[in-house]
Amino acid sequence: MRVCDVVELLSAKVLTPGLDSNREVAFAFSSDLMSDVLTRDYENTILITGLSNIQAIRTAEMSDIGQVVIGRNKMVSQEMIDLAEGNDIFLLQSEYSLFRISGLLYKEGIKPLF
Amino acid sequence: MQLRYEIQEGDFVNAGKASSAVKGILKQLDVPAILIKRVVVALYEAEVNVVAHACRGEILVQIDSDMIHIVVQDSGPGIENIDRAMEEGFSTASKEVREMGFGAGMGLPNIKRNTDRMDISSQPGVGTRLELTNRLIV
Repeated sequence: MRVCDVVELLSAKVLTPGLDSNREVAFAFSSDLMSDVLTRDYENTILITGLSNIQAIRTAEMSDIGQVVIGRNKMVSQEMIDLAEGNDIFLLQSEYSLFRISGLLYKEGIKPLF
Repeated sequence: MQLRYEIQEGDFVNAGKASSAVKGILKQLDVPAILIKRVVVALYEAEVNVVAHACRGEILVQIDSDMIHIVVQDSGPGIENIDRAMEEGFSTASKEVREMGFGAGMGLPNIKRNTDRMDISSQPGVGTRLELTNRLIV
């Protein structure tokens, strides 16, 4: 599915409106532990996390993850948004819990990595 | 090409800046993405380790046509038992580090997994020196 469809599905707020929302998302990984995120290889993946700090975005950058959704409407800093934009990382914020986000995406055919 | 970066204790906002810069340079050099990822994941974990545990540190990067050699050295508390530190799940990280999404005892194993060669030496009370070497061609 496309990122713009994910936005709608999760009633999410787009924090990087300047980036292309037609890109494809096929896989998802959900974690608040960045070292865990750093152990995998990713392609067309969205990271679902409740960790709203600069390291979540840095981790996406190092892992070549192009999409990040922050759950539970956790506050996102301008620094995070700027870093995401600079690295072409589509950043979303959703009021839904990580469990609900994961469930909704799974139901729509987004696959787990393993 | 030689590069040098400084790291400060507790500076989580800037942790990853050196890795980001190295990633940009390797991209410009047309290094395959899969090899770039290995280098920057290892370097990023090493940066976080210094921010999390040491007083201050420095990163020295040497990029040649087919290899990258990185030294990360710090004047921190050192590692008492390197074998234990290499065990997945062993950690001495603070609550603050864990709140940043790290400190689960995966750093050094992650670094080792993503490098062709990793050498570590440490002296308690003095500091730690980590040497990482990776190929830049498939």
